[in-house]
Amino acid sequence: MEYVSIIFGEVYKILFLLVPVLVSVAMIVWLDRRVWAFVQKRQGPNVVGPFGLLQSLADALKYIFKEIIIPSSSNKVIFILAPIVTMTLALVAWAVIPFSQTQVIADINVGILYLFAVSSLGVYGIIMGGWASNSKYPFLGAIRSAAQMVSYEVSIGIIIINVLLCVGSLNLSDIVLAQQNLWFVIPLFPMFVIFFISALAETNRPPFDLPEAEAELVAGYQTEYSGMMYAMFWLGEYANILLMCALGSILFLGGWLSPIELYPFNLIPGALWLAFKILFLFILFALVKAIVPRYRYDQLMRLGWKVFLPLSLIWVVLTASYLFYFNLLPTN
Amino acid sequence: MAHAIFFYVFSTIAIVSAIMVTASKNTVHSVFFLILDFISVSCLFIMIGAEFLGMIMLIVYVGAVAVLFLFVVMMLNVAQQKNQWFLSSQSSRHIPMGLIIGTIIFFELIIVIGGWKYKPELLDKKNSISSFEGISNTHSLGQILYTDYIHIFQISGMVLLVAMIGAIVLTFRQREGVKKQSYIKQISRERSEGVEVLEVQSNKGVKIDD
Repeated sequence: MEYVSIIFGEVYKILFLLVPVLVSVAMIVWLDRRVWAFVQKRQGPNVVGPFGLLQSLADALKYIFKEIIIPSSSNKVIFILAPIVTMTLALVAWAVIPFSQTQVIADINVGILYLFAVSSLGVYGIIMGGWASNSKYPFLGAIRSAAQMVSYEVSIGIIIINVLLCVGSLNLSDIVLAQQNLWFVIPLFPMFVIFFISALAETNRPPFDLPEAEAELVAGYQTEYSGMMYAMFWLGEYANILLMCALGSILFLGGWLSPIELYPFNLIPGALWLAFKILFLFILFALVKAIVPRYRYDQLMRLGWKVFLPLSLIWVVLTASYLFYFNLLPTN
Repeated sequence: MAHAIFFYVFSTIAIVSAIMVTASKNTVHSVFFLILDFISVSCLFIMIGAEFLGMIMLIVYVGAVAVLFLFVVMMLNVAQQKNQWFLSSQSSRHIPMGLIIGTIIFFELIIVIGGWKYKPELLDKKNSISSFEGISNTHSLGQILYTDYIHIFQISGMVLLVAMIGAIVLTFRQREGVKKQSYIKQISRERSEGVEVLEVQSNKGVKIDD
């Protein structure tokens, strides 16, 4: 009986997190298309509902009622598993994101490692989808994506080390609380820029959307998918983007902390501040999509291995020596 | 109670998927079972309180090593390889090799498990991970690794670096006639070297070298 009540409590908490995340994923797809359109002097989706806000809902309904086609020569089990893996991994990572000091489902000691691990598992959904389709374009897309995500994970890992040096703990709440006096975006600004660009590559966003480059690979690993399975890929992708924005705002923009500890700002709850920061980063993501042309594959690899990796390594050495010299290393 | 249930679930998955790695016909499926095995082993690590090891297992093995495995296995034409190995006249060369390695691993496992039997204090409570009360797993690992074992740690890092450089040297080859993009050259180009105004004569045309 005791277990049952614990399980129900947890399920209630999880639903309370997942429903807003899924709704905001739908909203963010609309926002993405809208920002993209405004940069190009178009209107974007503005017909369904006020300002077109219900466009994603309409799209989702359309996907649900479409037929799911499974290619006869595909590897069926893995083909069906791939979108499920993508979506599950994108949602599972939200368990450790702290919305305020108390509002977190799992406040684990190694929160940042957990996030990093889950985001590095995300590549499997894409490889599985690409391989199981048993077709040329998806396979090429999957291979590109695997190489790209593995490369950019390295620099993200080293950027995380930079932040951890300043915090002295792997717990996400501790990381946020360490920024009470100064957000890490100020002392570690170059790392924030590199993190932002690596996050674009990690989530296969333009200008690094080579896995689904429509001019070369039709739709990359999603080519053979249709209906609800395609929608799950797409939901997982946007949930991942939101997650990366959340990670960026926790690591560099002070998570749930308000920018100024003054009277009117104090009243706004922490979860809302985190949402604002995620929204800010996402609008930057959308602007980059509209402004920057797609990278060539060798340029992408060069940027990851020859520019970002050495730069972030040098910055680790700099941060460590600065903290050591001025005796600022956190000891707990 | 719940702990025991989770332990048996994860260890059953680990053992079954380890068997399936060798038993499944499709090589790509084997790699997926290997990944499942890694994940359930990392869950077991987390259950004994070694959360840092569990997460590093996920990041390094599942996130990086297994991706490269999968990469290689997907690219190989495995069916053809298998026919070459097991159906041609040279088939006997590979099976004894596998048997020898298998026997060595089997005896090593016996020694390891036997060690627990003959030296019970190996499994003592005070040697286990939970003895570091109050300090998190990550901190205690770091304290041991960077104080008592710093030299071994550094040497293993050097060995890995040398192995990495070795792999690069072995596969690197200088190819002739490859056009490479030089960013410095592109950026530092001036108008004077890029544009040339020529007097074109009628019916002659211009010859441009590039």
